[in-house]
Amino acid sequence: MQDTAAASEITEAQELPSRSWSRAVGDLTAGWRQRPLWGHLGWQDIKQGYRRSVIGPFWITISLAVQAIGMGILYAALFGQELHDFLPYLAVGLIIWQFMAACINDGAEVFIRNEGLIKHLPAPLSVHIFRLVWRQLLFFGHNVLVWVALMLIFPPQAPRAFGWSSLLAFPALALIVLNGVWVAVLIGIVATRYRDVPPVSASIVTLMFFMTPIVWDYEQLRSTPGTVGERARLAELNPFLHYVEILRRPMIGESFELRHWVVTLAITVVGWAVALLVLRNYRARVSYWV
Amino acid sequence: MVSIDVRGACVDFPIFDAKTRSLKKALLGTMGRAGGKIGIDAKVPIIEALRNITLSLRHGDRVGLVGHNGAGKSTLLRLLSGIYEPTRGSSRIVGKVAPVFDLGVGMDPEISGYENIIIRGLFLGMTRKQMEARTEEIAEFSELGDYLSMPLRTYSTGMRVRLALGVVTSIDPEILLLDEGIGAVDTAFLEKARDRLTALVERSGILVFASHSDEFLVELCTSALWLDHGEIREEGALRTVLSHYKGKDPFTNRVQEAAR
Repeated sequence: MQDTAAASEITEAQELPSRSWSRAVGDLTAGWRQRPLWGHLGWQDIKQGYRRSVIGPFWITISLAVQAIGMGILYAALFGQELHDFLPYLAVGLIIWQFMAACINDGAEVFIRNEGLIKHLPAPLSVHIFRLVWRQLLFFGHNVLVWVALMLIFPPQAPRAFGWSSLLAFPALALIVLNGVWVAVLIGIVATRYRDVPPVSASIVTLMFFMTPIVWDYEQLRSTPGTVGERARLAELNPFLHYVEILRRPMIGESFELRHWVVTLAITVVGWAVALLVLRNYRARVSYWV
Repeated sequence: MVSIDVRGACVDFPIFDAKTRSLKKALLGTMGRAGGKIGIDAKVPIIEALRNITLSLRHGDRVGLVGHNGAGKSTLLRLLSGIYEPTRGSSRIVGKVAPVFDLGVGMDPEISGYENIIIRGLFLGMTRKQMEARTEEIAEFSELGDYLSMPLRTYSTGMRVRLALGVVTSIDPEILLLDEGIGAVDTAFLEKARDRLTALVERSGILVFASHSDEFLVELCTSALWLDHGEIREEGALRTVLSHYKGKDPFTNRVQEAAR
């Protein structure tokens, strides 16, 4: 009975004009209420990729571990870094990057791929968004096992150390997830209208991977005297750096840096404002565009 | 209380071809105008799928949708389900909507029949628990037996339709929107499905049913709506509208058959 009440509540709102803030916010809250649906679908997405394989979704963990170790050994040698410090740094960076990159790349195709569902079953648009972000969070959860293993093998050594500030990893992850939602909403709607967006955003994401300090150590380069240090400082202009840093620093036991939080929080506010505006104006158009 | 109120609703589809849909054209288009060149007409061609639709449905209404292919029957059903919001005009839908347009959508070939029952049910607005309680009944109705634990890709088309029909007819919708396209089932099963379909229609508050089959329409509906080129041509009692649409009284045949 309770569900029926919730459902009529959703449809009740439809008397309001299509382009209104309450309809945009209503889409998000109605989507949130359908947690069982997207929660189930998100899991299904993960299991689907590994059906009939013996160790299943743990291939996610293994492939990340292989990537981190392979790249870690290579780049530690190239940059003259100690593997003990560099490997956790790289692995955590990769885990965070995978989440963010997927929110952008999958986000660009989130409505296009779900065309069948959108045209046949009335559901809030945000259901598809939440399914996507939830799936990526589950990927993240599998990947985090690599971090656990690395922390056991290579515990942080001075000056790195775990402390109370390490708990900032939780709000940091929450903030990144919150950003994943607005990014997927925004790029999802724009890409449904303009089909050139997915390939363009994919290539930008690839480029940004190399521009963001994941395989290279930003702190180390910055302290290098001369032009290299100056160039490295330009990396501060890259918003991805700040997102990676708010989560990576507590996860590998580095100290708290306020500026990363300030930048990411500011982007979160602006990003959500833009995404809500786009959702307000074009939410009802998506089913026409797909 | 369930209700559908549509006032002067239009559904216009923009037709983006490969060029207009691209960002390049949008950007270059603006540049062209700024440069004072004779710009490419920026306006996207539209198809008026529905024009000026006004209708009001209340609890107990059983409406059959008739019209030629492309008359807008499916689009109207999608408008009534809330998938399309009118480009002009307004629509107000109060009640839990269950659209049954394509039995295949929301079905995943890689997962088992049981899991598909749950997912399909969730999409139709049921909860997990409600669906779990119904699996037994669906299994019995669909006669799939042990096949339900097999992945859906091992099913024949007919078996898939059985499963989908089983799920769809087990829910309790307030507004039921049915689009024709239930085929590929053997006759004996269809008889069985018909009973369940009739029971489903009786449970639901409002029914809108798009069909070309007089037989189905006569059985399930009391009134009809004739759509022609996206507009309502006629609205009224099933018999009257159907006779005008077909040019003959569909009931005479049935009476004769019954008499025989």
